[in-house]
Amino acid sequence: MGSRVTRRRALRVLGASLGGSAFAYAVAPVAAFVQATNKEEFLQQHYRELTEAGLADVLRRLEAETARDYGADVSIRDPRPLPDVQFGYALNLSVCIGCRKCAEACHHENNHDRRTNNSYIRVLEMTQGTMDMEQGRADYDHAVPAPGKYYMPVQCQQCENPPCVDVCPVQATWKEDDGVVVVDYNWCIGCRYCEAACPYHARRFNWHKPEIPADEINPDQAYLSNRVRPQGVVEKCHFCLHRTREGRLPACLEACPTGARVFGNLLDPESEIRWVLANKRVFVLKEELGTNPRFFYFFDT
Amino acid sequence: MHRRAVHRRSATYPPVQLTLVVLAASASACQAASAEYFADTDQPRADDASGAALHDTTIELPASLRGVPTGERAPTGAPVVVACGTCHNGEPGALPAQASEVAGPHTGLVVQHGGNTCGSCHDPNRRDRLRLADGQQLELTEAMQLCSQCHGTQRRDYDHGAHGGMAGHWDLARGPRTRNHCIHCHDPHVPAYPRVLPAAPPRDRFFGAGAGHE
Repeated sequence: MGSRVTRRRALRVLGASLGGSAFAYAVAPVAAFVQATNKEEFLQQHYRELTEAGLADVLRRLEAETARDYGADVSIRDPRPLPDVQFGYALNLSVCIGCRKCAEACHHENNHDRRTNNSYIRVLEMTQGTMDMEQGRADYDHAVPAPGKYYMPVQCQQCENPPCVDVCPVQATWKEDDGVVVVDYNWCIGCRYCEAACPYHARRFNWHKPEIPADEINPDQAYLSNRVRPQGVVEKCHFCLHRTREGRLPACLEACPTGARVFGNLLDPESEIRWVLANKRVFVLKEELGTNPRFFYFFDT
Repeated sequence: MHRRAVHRRSATYPPVQLTLVVLAASASACQAASAEYFADTDQPRADDASGAALHDTTIELPASLRGVPTGERAPTGAPVVVACGTCHNGEPGALPAQASEVAGPHTGLVVQHGGNTCGSCHDPNRRDRLRLADGQQLELTEAMQLCSQCHGTQRRDYDHGAHGGMAGHWDLARGPRTRNHCIHCHDPHVPAYPRVLPAAPPRDRFFGAGAGHE
């Protein structure tokens, strides 16, 4: 007799082997994760629970990892919010020409993935006379400004009432004392709830490990801002806090050739941003949602 | 690089007339080229919080305001220009009636600036200078005064940081700032901002072939 190969048995074996290989394929990233993750990273505490010495160790470790993975010699700092400073941003839609220089500057300043040409800024090409962002196109590729169009750059609005922070199940994102919503990239679990919660489409997910040539990496980095992000975490605009917390202007503003962007301290009555708020008819995006953005738009009057 | 210094965050901006008086009274007209736009002679204000003096805001001066660019660059990197006075040595006489009559190194000049003619901005008696609407002579390097005669709202916005590119520090207590001049973006003869090709669009999964929506 021997073992007869019945159709039932053949199907069973086939199903089991297919299921087994599918399972192996599914858990392969876990194996890769275990291999790629060292003990220090796995046991690292939340940013806000780190001691000074612990944070210093983390920064040195991240610098070493960047040197190892990217061949770039970088310096990662942790600038803290300035006292008596609340950042605000305004954008003059009458002056913006849609050249995307801001998005390009963000791409380079913040060590974005070269493959996706990622940036924290999307410039929407809008039809004059409309305000429907759903109709805005971010993938235009022709001479600008095109007739009958205006351009609306959209990035994180640094809301007073940020829905992205509310939905994070592990508190990996929060609002800092100067109003900037930040992410602890090492605490983020990549669930992307925040990306779904954001009404401004301001958050980005790192589907891949960012690809950046060593000589193009911006070595001036901060833990909460532009250090090279790991795969599988969410990131967002942080108002260039590694620059602005040292008094410098954000990279997107410096790149703007027309001066459409106004940045400053909302608590300083002499600041440019306060002049704009007092003298221009500013509006915020999706005001009805109650997010209370710190990013204002206006047209020249 | 030839720059001029202005102190921002002064308590008030003196009216344009005051600046003109200061310019007219300036004994050395050439030195007036580096005078401050706002006639703001205040010393940098002590910052209440840090106690540090405020840094300057400087307006980058385009080379074309110092003469005709030759296309060459000095070892310092600064563009080499032929100073206006090299040719325009105080010759009197009427200005050309229209741009097509302009000769020499300015041949081919195009003017598309409303109804303005040469004499609207240039001084007929000193072709290396400008002239304001009230007849006051003006150095080329002071051109922003002249622009502001008509474009007051733009000048107001510029003075408050809401028009015109800048770089440096938002907090002048911590560092200086540089600003563009009007004519960095607006050719005085053809002031409309030119159309440009934008930087590359994002290549994320929301775009490209088959993307149904954003």
